[in-house]
Amino acid sequence: MKTVVHVDQVSKMFRLGDVGSSTLTEDIRAVYHKLTGKTNSHLITADANDRAAKATSDYVWALKDINFEVKEGEIVGLVGRNGAGKSTLLKILSRTTSPTKGQIKIRGKVASLLEVGTGFHPDLSGRDNIFLNGTILGMRKAEIQAKFDQIVEFAGVQRYIDTPVKRYSSGMYVRLAFAVAAHLDPDILIIDEVLAVGDAEFQAKCLGKMKEVSDQGRTVLFVSHNMGAVADLCSRAIMLKQGTQFMDGDTDDVIRAYVKQNMNTGLKDQSALNDPTVRRGNGAVRFEHIEMLNASGQQANEFNPGDKVVVKMTVKVNEDVDDLLASISLRSGRTRDVVTSTGRNQVASGPFKAGQTLQLTYEFNALPLRPGVYETYFWLGDNRAETAFDVVDNLLAPLVVNIPEGTNSLHVIGYFDLPFKFEQKLF
Amino acid sequence: MNTVTDAKDNSWNLIIKPKGKLFDFNFKDLWEYRDLLVLLVRRDIVTVYKQTLLGFFWFIIPPVLNALTYVIIFGLFAKVPTGSDNLILFYLSGVIAWGYFADCINRTSSTFRTNASIFGKVYFPRLIVPMASVLSALVKFFVQFAFLLVVMAYFGFTGSAPDVQWQIIWVLPFILLLMALSGMAIGLIISSLTTKYRDLSNIVPFAVQFLMYATPVIYPYTFFPENLRWIFDWNPLSPMIEIFRHLLMGTDRLNLLQLCGSALFTVVLLFIGLIMFNKTERNFMDTV
Repeated sequence: MKTVVHVDQVSKMFRLGDVGSSTLTEDIRAVYHKLTGKTNSHLITADANDRAAKATSDYVWALKDINFEVKEGEIVGLVGRNGAGKSTLLKILSRTTSPTKGQIKIRGKVASLLEVGTGFHPDLSGRDNIFLNGTILGMRKAEIQAKFDQIVEFAGVQRYIDTPVKRYSSGMYVRLAFAVAAHLDPDILIIDEVLAVGDAEFQAKCLGKMKEVSDQGRTVLFVSHNMGAVADLCSRAIMLKQGTQFMDGDTDDVIRAYVKQNMNTGLKDQSALNDPTVRRGNGAVRFEHIEMLNASGQQANEFNPGDKVVVKMTVKVNEDVDDLLASISLRSGRTRDVVTSTGRNQVASGPFKAGQTLQLTYEFNALPLRPGVYETYFWLGDNRAETAFDVVDNLLAPLVVNIPEGTNSLHVIGYFDLPFKFEQKLF
Repeated sequence: MNTVTDAKDNSWNLIIKPKGKLFDFNFKDLWEYRDLLVLLVRRDIVTVYKQTLLGFFWFIIPPVLNALTYVIIFGLFAKVPTGSDNLILFYLSGVIAWGYFADCINRTSSTFRTNASIFGKVYFPRLIVPMASVLSALVKFFVQFAFLLVVMAYFGFTGSAPDVQWQIIWVLPFILLLMALSGMAIGLIISSLTTKYRDLSNIVPFAVQFLMYATPVIYPYTFFPENLRWIFDWNPLSPMIEIFRHLLMGTDRLNLLQLCGSALFTVVLLFIGLIMFNKTERNFMDTV
C-alpha cells in the first residue's frame, strides 16, 4: 500500500489572550530581534497545551511533534478530548492555517469537510449556490455541470432549485449543502465530526457517506470524539492529548486508552459547558458526577452481555425547581439512532431547593445488549418536555459490550437479544 | 497554504510547510480556480440588484446623485472653476473614475474580515477574492462608463459635443488597468494590516475621502494655489484621473510623464501588496 499522507514533526504554536492589544510593540521588538540577530525568545518559552494549568507564557503549543503516515484506503480516526489539538491538526491538513514547524506531504486530491455550505449566499438560488459552493470546494464548473442532476436529486430539492436558499427550510438547506460535498470525489477525505451535528437523519447520511467513500478504497481521516462512530468506521485511531500524539494504533486499543483517561473527567470540564455538541441545558440542575459500576462495585465501562450494570449519578440543584426527571439513553455509533432509553423517570421528592445534592442510581440487572460500542446520553429536565436542565451527550465513556471469549459473534447482529423458542419437527 | 512539488520526490502532489519564500505564489493554483473567480464576480453583481425595484439602475444612480450634488454645490453655488463648459460631464466623469478606484480599495481592503468564515473552513487561493472584488468593481464601472457615453452622446446631439481626444484614446484601457491594479494593491496592503491592527479598518473610509481631495477629482489641477500643487504632482493617482478626463473631454492636463511614474509606483505597490497578502493569508486564521 502506498503512503498517501505523511505528517512529519508537525507543531503549531498559538498566542494566548487578546490578540491585537500589544502586537504593535511586539512586532517592533521582533523586527529588532531579527536585525540584531537574536532569536525571538517567545518560541522557546511556549507552554505545553494543558488548558487547566496556569499559563506561564503567552504562547502555547497547540500541537507538538505530530508524526504519522496514512496508507491508501485506510480509514483513520483522530480522537482526543476538547482542546487536544484535533481541530488544529484538521485545519493544518485542510490548509486553512499553516504549521509552525514540520511538514505534511500528501498524494492525491484532498477534500476537507469542516463545514457544509461554505460560501452559500442567501440571496442566490439553489442552482447558483451549488456552483459557487462546488467551486469553492475545488471543483471545476464543468465537473459540477456534469454532476448537477445527481446533486439536485441527492438533495431532493428539485422544485426549489431556482428559489433563493434563504427561503429554504433549514433541513433543505443542509441537504443541499451536503449534496454538493458528497459529490466531491476526492482521493483523501478529511472530515470533521462537527458535521454530524444536526438531525439524526443527516448524521446517519454523513457517516454513511464516509463508509461509502472508504468502501471505494479511498482514504478517510475522521476527526471525532464520538467513540462509537470511530469504533464502527475506523480500523486505526490516533489519539491526541494536550497537543501531543499520545497513541497510534488499533482502534479498540486506542478507544480503551481514551476511555480509561476520560472516564469521569468530562463532567468537570468547564469548557464542555460551552460546547452544545456535548453539553446542553439551562443549568438549573446539573450532573456533578456520573459513574458506571460493575457487579462488584468497581468503575467500569466494558461489560459482557448479561452483566449487571449500575449507573450512579450525583446531581446538584442550582436553582429551585418544582420537579425533576432523569433519563439515560444509549445510541448507536454508526447511525446515532437511539438504541434504547430508560424513558423519563420522575424523582419523587420534589420540589427541590437550590444547593441540594441528590444521588440517583439506575440498576440494570442483566444487560440485554449485544456486543458493540454504545454512546451514552444523560438527561435531566422537568415535566414540560422542552425544558432540559442538563444534557450530557456522548461526553463520557461509551458503554462497551464485549464479545464474550469463545463465542462466534459473526452472525449476531443487531442491538438486542430477542427471547425466542425455535422448534423443529421432522416428518 | 503552500503548494509546491517536491524536487526529490515528484509523486507527492501537495506539501504543507510552515514558511515559504517572501514572494511565493502558485499561479497554477490560481488558474485551477478560475471558475471560482468568475462565479464570485457573478455573485457580487447579481446580489446587488436582487429584490430591488430599480435593479441594475443602482449601479448608475449613486454616481449621478453624487455628480449632481457637486454640480449644485461646487459648480453653481461655490462657482469653482473647472476649465470646462460642461459641468455635468466634468463632475460625472470625475465621480465615475474616482468611484472605481475607491470601490477597488473599499472592497479589497475588507477581504479577510468579510471572508473570515469561509477562509477558516476551506482552502482555495485567497488571492481569488480580491481579484474578484476588482473585477466586480470593473463590471460596475463599465455600466457607469456606458452611461457616461450615453450622456456624452446626448450632449453631442444637442450641439455641445465634448472634445474627445480621439488620437490618443488608446491610452484609456491603460489608465483603467492602472486604476484597478493600484486600487487592488492598496486594498491588499490594508486588508493584510487590518487582520492585526483592527483600527485601520475604521480609518479607511476617511483616508479614501481625504485622498480624493488630494487628487484633482472634483476640481481641476489649477484649483489649488501654486504653492500647494506639488500635492497633485506627487500624487500618483492624479494623472490617472486627469488623463481619463482629458481623453474624454479635453479638459485637465495630459501629464504622460507623471503617468509613467504612476505606473512604476503601481507595480512596486502591487509587489508589496502581494507579499503582505501572502504572508497574512497563511496564518491569519489564528489571530482573526
